[in-house]
Amino acid sequence: MTTATVGSFAPRAYTRAHAIASENILVSAHIYTATAALVLGALFGLLQGLSRANVFAMPAWFDYYRVLTAHGVLMALVFTTFFITGLMTFSTYRAIPRVRSVTLGWWGYLVMLAGTIVTALTILSGNATVLYTFYAPLKAHPAFYIGATVLVAGTWLVAADILLNVAWFQKTNKGKRIPLPAFVSATTFIMWIIATIGVTLEMGLLIPWSLGWTPGIDVELTRTLFWYFGHPLVYFWIMGAYLIWYNVVPTTYGGKVFSDALTRLAFIMLLVLSTPVGLHHQFLDPGISAGWKWFHTILTYGVVIPSFMTAFALFASFEIAARRAGKRGLVATVRWLPWRDPVFTGSALGMILFIFGGFGGIVNSSYSMDVLVHNTMWIVGHFHITVGGPVALSFIGAAYRLVPAITGRKLFTPKLALAQTYTYFVGMLIMSMSMHVAGLLGSPRRTSDVTYFGAAGAASWHVEMVGAAIGGTILFVSILMFAVVAVGTRFRDERADERDEFVFAGTEAEAMQSPPALDKLGRWALLALALAVVAYAGPVHELLSTPHQLVPGMRTW
Amino acid sequence: MHLHRLERVWLTFGAAILVLFLATITTAAVVEGFVPPSHVQSIDPAKVRVTPPFDKPGLHRLASGSYEAYYVAAIFSFSPHELVVPLGSHVTFYVTSTDVVHGFSVPETGINTMVTPGWVTTVSYTFRKRGRFLLVCNEYCGIGHQTMADAIDVR
Repeated sequence: MTTATVGSFAPRAYTRAHAIASENILVSAHIYTATAALVLGALFGLLQGLSRANVFAMPAWFDYYRVLTAHGVLMALVFTTFFITGLMTFSTYRAIPRVRSVTLGWWGYLVMLAGTIVTALTILSGNATVLYTFYAPLKAHPAFYIGATVLVAGTWLVAADILLNVAWFQKTNKGKRIPLPAFVSATTFIMWIIATIGVTLEMGLLIPWSLGWTPGIDVELTRTLFWYFGHPLVYFWIMGAYLIWYNVVPTTYGGKVFSDALTRLAFIMLLVLSTPVGLHHQFLDPGISAGWKWFHTILTYGVVIPSFMTAFALFASFEIAARRAGKRGLVATVRWLPWRDPVFTGSALGMILFIFGGFGGIVNSSYSMDVLVHNTMWIVGHFHITVGGPVALSFIGAAYRLVPAITGRKLFTPKLALAQTYTYFVGMLIMSMSMHVAGLLGSPRRTSDVTYFGAAGAASWHVEMVGAAIGGTILFVSILMFAVVAVGTRFRDERADERDEFVFAGTEAEAMQSPPALDKLGRWALLALALAVVAYAGPVHELLSTPHQLVPGMRTW
Repeated sequence: MHLHRLERVWLTFGAAILVLFLATITTAAVVEGFVPPSHVQSIDPAKVRVTPPFDKPGLHRLASGSYEAYYVAAIFSFSPHELVVPLGSHVTFYVTSTDVVHGFSVPETGINTMVTPGWVTTVSYTFRKRGRFLLVCNEYCGIGHQTMADAIDVR
């Protein structure tokens, strides 16, 4: 029996399909803003690379350090943050299907965008050439600090949106586990909230000082607050990449998540261990005694455990799926993996880069060994082969799945996308290795020209700078290729079909059970906060109880 | 919680590496005194040039036969210029800044430390090689940062 409802004036229901459509627009806003930051950041990176290789010198009206500041902020703070807010908003929404409002999500995005625009314009106008670490007492225009604070405030709204959705799920699904992608997003943003307390407190000192309301600034305190935030920022990036590695990559080869419990445990450990480690960025700072630095070293090494768990889980997922397909052994497994799928290669090539990144990271955090590489090009090589490698390349790879899902269109030029992941990998290897070697030879970082008027001690650095410029040029072209694919997809006529549907990986059947305690996120958040307080109470107390002067600060550019 | 046997082996291996590394750096720190520069001494950055020993930058010989070098970093140069150091001497550097954060790095030696205004940093080194060593500021300090360099002459 069928009944016609012609002429009925029932109000049109807002369904899940409508919600998905509005979610997709919000997520698109995040992802395309991230893409714009990436392209602009890459252009500035190219200028630096060529300038440092003495191909040309940046003009005085657009000097090297202004470009360096813009590059650092756009890449490390804007591209990564917008991609992660987009990715994790998307993951939470899709993992917790619900007829929802995206109003809070939009407020988060718009506040982030407003902060970004103010900060970027202040930098580009030359009023905040303080690099992305803005070490006091270099004194930028107040708009720089205010804009950055607004950007952070926007991320808190995004965090609130994600956490409220997870809380809604827990309330309406008593006894059920938080879906894994939403769990990962929630732990990442709880960690982010705890981490950003540090930079917010720092801004609370910097803003009144830059406005001239306070006469001086506590240099070491602001550095300590910065790195309280600065290192967990690194884990924020890595947790974004791990979400992709655990939950998205297995779908490219018909695989599954190796273990539900171990995935949750790895993210809980990252939440707890990310913050109380920042002093390893201040190993060479006066005013902090060696004991506290040693204490942070131990906690830094703790992150070895979730890293090893992740490495095991990823390779186990590869192998189990390969065996299911009748492949056995290392060579057969590796050959069987989908090396022609850019979603896979983005992450897989990123994982290879991460091996170098992990190795270098152990050197940097090794207390006394850091002296050999601190503030040299080695560090620049290190963070390019970590955040610029595994993180950025996995994000880009995931975008080749994400962009069709949120635009409803087929991926534009998939072969260009595949070529993009390989060229990026090669470019990053060349650039980063040149930087590592230059650092071992003593070349300082953050310096526009390292010839030092032809000093003999600086002679060996030039060839490495040329290598870095060659790698950087390849990377710039590769990022343009990504932009062509991402923007081209948006304007394509061909609609996406079921094959383009974004799905998260399921979990291996025998590994579904995990202790419910892992989902008690409030308790883990308190533990993380407590550990941060324990790790910082000592050094901050030592700093404040040693009488010292506030510094007036100046503009030196 | 289910933990695969191979994963237990792998994580035990990871934990063992961790313990080994920590034991190595702790032993080096306690036995050899191999710790990063961590001097805790404040100074008024506005009065550096009239505060001993920074009112007389340069190399000073101690009664024990070793040396102390007092350096002032300020945009965009170091004081003293062209430090001359006798070959084989053990030198403890005391460095402070009058303005912003600087770096103090002699690439070929492993001398490397941060210089923050308001604090005095120290680092020691024994010069066993003759030659002219490049001293650079390795923390961005402003528009002339790339010119902030000097030389240490070991004779």
